[in-house]
Amino acid sequence: MRRIAGLLLLAAGPVLVLGVLFVLPVSGMVGEGFLTDGRFTPGAVLEVLARPRVHRVAWFTLWTSAVATLLAVVLGLPAAYALHRLALPGRAAVRAALLVPFVLPTVVVGVAFRQLLGEGGPLGGLGLDGTPAAIVCGLVFFNVAVVVRTVGVAWESLDPRPGQAAAALGASPSQVLRTVTLPALRPAIVGAASIVFLFCATAFGIVLTLGGVRHATIETEIYLLTTTVFDLRAASALSVLQIVAVVALLALAARLRAVPDPTAQRAVAPARAVRRGDTAVVLATLVVLGAMLLPIVTLVLGSLSVGEGWGLANYRALTTVGDDQALVVPVTAALLTSLRTAVDATWMALLVGVTVSLIVTRRSHSVAERRVRSTLDGFFMLPLGVSAVTLGFGFLITLDRPPLDLRDSPLLVPMAQALVALPLVVRTLTPVLGGIDDRQRQAAASLGASPWRTLLTVDLPVVWKPVLAASGFAFAASLGEFGATSFLARDDTPTLPVVIFRLLGHPGEMNYGMALAASVVLAGTTALVVLAVERLRVPGVGAF
Amino acid sequence: MNHASVRAALATASAALLLTSCSLTGGSEPSGTASDAGGAGSSGTTSGGTVVLATHESFHLPKKLIKDFEEQSGYTLEVRAAGDAGTLATKLSLTADNPTADASYGIDNTFASRPLGEGAFAEVTPSATPPEQYALDEGADRLVPIDSASVCVNVDTDWFDAEGLTPPRTLDDLTDPAYADLLVTPGASTSSTGMAFFLATVAAYGDDWQGYWTDLVGNGAKVVDGWEDAYYGDFTAGSKTGTRPIVVSYDSSPAFTVKGGRTTTAALLDTCFRQVEYAGVLAGADNPEGAAALVDWMLSDEVQSALPESMYVYPVMPGASVPDDWAQFAPQPTDPYEVSPAEITANREQWLTEWTDVVSR
Repeated sequence: MRRIAGLLLLAAGPVLVLGVLFVLPVSGMVGEGFLTDGRFTPGAVLEVLARPRVHRVAWFTLWTSAVATLLAVVLGLPAAYALHRLALPGRAAVRAALLVPFVLPTVVVGVAFRQLLGEGGPLGGLGLDGTPAAIVCGLVFFNVAVVVRTVGVAWESLDPRPGQAAAALGASPSQVLRTVTLPALRPAIVGAASIVFLFCATAFGIVLTLGGVRHATIETEIYLLTTTVFDLRAASALSVLQIVAVVALLALAARLRAVPDPTAQRAVAPARAVRRGDTAVVLATLVVLGAMLLPIVTLVLGSLSVGEGWGLANYRALTTVGDDQALVVPVTAALLTSLRTAVDATWMALLVGVTVSLIVTRRSHSVAERRVRSTLDGFFMLPLGVSAVTLGFGFLITLDRPPLDLRDSPLLVPMAQALVALPLVVRTLTPVLGGIDDRQRQAAASLGASPWRTLLTVDLPVVWKPVLAASGFAFAASLGEFGATSFLARDDTPTLPVVIFRLLGHPGEMNYGMALAASVVLAGTTALVVLAVERLRVPGVGAF
Repeated sequence: MNHASVRAALATASAALLLTSCSLTGGSEPSGTASDAGGAGSSGTTSGGTVVLATHESFHLPKKLIKDFEEQSGYTLEVRAAGDAGTLATKLSLTADNPTADASYGIDNTFASRPLGEGAFAEVTPSATPPEQYALDEGADRLVPIDSASVCVNVDTDWFDAEGLTPPRTLDDLTDPAYADLLVTPGASTSSTGMAFFLATVAAYGDDWQGYWTDLVGNGAKVVDGWEDAYYGDFTAGSKTGTRPIVVSYDSSPAFTVKGGRTTTAALLDTCFRQVEYAGVLAGADNPEGAAALVDWMLSDEVQSALPESMYVYPVMPGASVPDDWAQFAPQPTDPYEVSPAEITANREQWLTEWTDVVSR
């Protein structure tokens, strides 16, 4: 009992943050729909769930997300291996570049995809425009990076020796993969897949842009019901459905993640030279990269197109406020705001994320304790699975009175972005931390090391690299975040994605070109910052 | 609130304070309006305090105008712009008892009934009176018209010239097989532009709008998500890979396709639905006087004349000036289609459900 009490005390801080910034607003907004003239009427909400349209929408959300997740995992695994275990030339740059889709504003990617797949585009003959297949392609494009990164980081720090031993005993490469490597990677793969699924299930802009108006998901339906139709009861019903489904999914993921013995020998293995046997993996990686490059190339070409010819005019215009003063601040100023906000969101996400990861991965001494830890683990994933619309309006109606009048705090934007980045940090760190053999810590402690010293000498050497990877990830997620930000950002300090959206919403050829140029700048900045972060070395720790 | 939650709240508030003291975002916060006022304030500030304007993301006015307002009135203006008109309407309706702002601008005639019904607006008497034709039937004492923009079908006249085809003129023409597969429109359920076009068809065909839309879709009309998808993705005059020379856009759009002294597109003035945007003082505002001053300012000649260039809308006041390109290339419809806000609110959900069924058949 004492251990559980201590555990809860340690978890109190992060839980409180999430309680105020997430649970309170969401329950406030959902509660709004359950009240009719001040009376609690759950029956009316349940009636909504019986509508055939709700069933259609729920089923569509489920199957597109499941297919997109499966594809992202299948396509991401070879790339994760090639980019994190093989000494491919320029692999660090490619890894950073892979995060680019993740930060591109969905409106821009939507337009890029539609220029490819649309009636007049080079792939127009496939007839994919406006079909569920286009939606799935878009979702995979955005999410492959999640798989490559979370699984790659775990793969990188996986001790190669058990695999080598198996090979020495006569196992074929595929047997090694099946019986040694994949089981050790299972927590990371399941973790990545659950994040991707949640991202897909709550995707908004990409579904609208690529699916047209014909295909609705739970998320787009909640938006429609809340802002256009103002049917809060139906919106609440869908939010409840969404939350129940997410909790069920997380419970399932927790079961699948759990391995009998999560401890694995961890060491940052040096990347190995490419051999002939790697051809298939390298080829698969190249194909994935090529496919991801297509929409980006479309984008870059569009940004360089000026009038009938080519030029950099769109880029030069970024220091201005656009044709007919479409903007309040120049794009360059918005980029600075974005970077500042992302730094704040990153340290917030890391602070909470590292604490949470440490708490949930410590060895449990009783069934009750394990339950508490795994519940906590799932709790911090929730923000990914709940509608940004519900959360945004929830902020307005619950955090509106002192001492919690946060509605207009400038910190609300980085806080909201940190909420989105938090699960990425946790999912990147937990597979690695969970793999540390607790006996190492016990040994350190019995030799007289303080808990801090144990953390420094046992945990840190293994986890510093994943922490860097997680910060790059959090940074990118924050830079690209649009849903919550557009809702909360203040007019005099908009972030870059908000400005891009604004440019796209105004007529004028120059504004469109500037929007594309600004997207390229956003993508380039992200890649550079992520690359720089990953190059950081922690003195004395990374040297072994 | 019980004790535990008060403690939790206090802890979070103090955590937030801590964050403010060392975060980059927090550190840069006293910029914008506050420091602007400090710079300009010494001469004109008369202890008016701050007036907060809640508006949508398309709000934009030149900085100089805002500064002039602050100097002349003594108020500091804080603009909070986020989301589209629907989001703004929902926000005002949900916070009707405890508004985050003093005044609001950007509620249009398709969304007016909702916040009015929730009691979000207080009565206001502006110093200038906009023309009667823009006033709401219900709520004219609370919502003051500021600007209007009509959603009209636009055609790429260069494309039609090159093809030797006469462009369509009316809504009926759009179902003519001669124009098969040429129209692209944003969806009524996902775009306010698309909604306005839908309302034009409701006004034109009454209960038979479903028949019209069935014909429209049958004639190959393409329905996309938003205005930018339609205009920049599919419209021949807006996109290099566009294949459709007819698009649902605005009456002012032809002013933005001017090349060599002539415009390459035209708005079909018999297909328009007029959106009027309103401003008002929020009920329960901290600074109702400041809010009323703000509404007056929005009707002033300076702001009214700045509206076309800043927000692509026409001013409502007759004395305001519009840019030459607009006067020359983007005439306004004289007799647009109309549907009353009350009728829109009463039917919106049913219409959207039926419309979605028709277009996804």
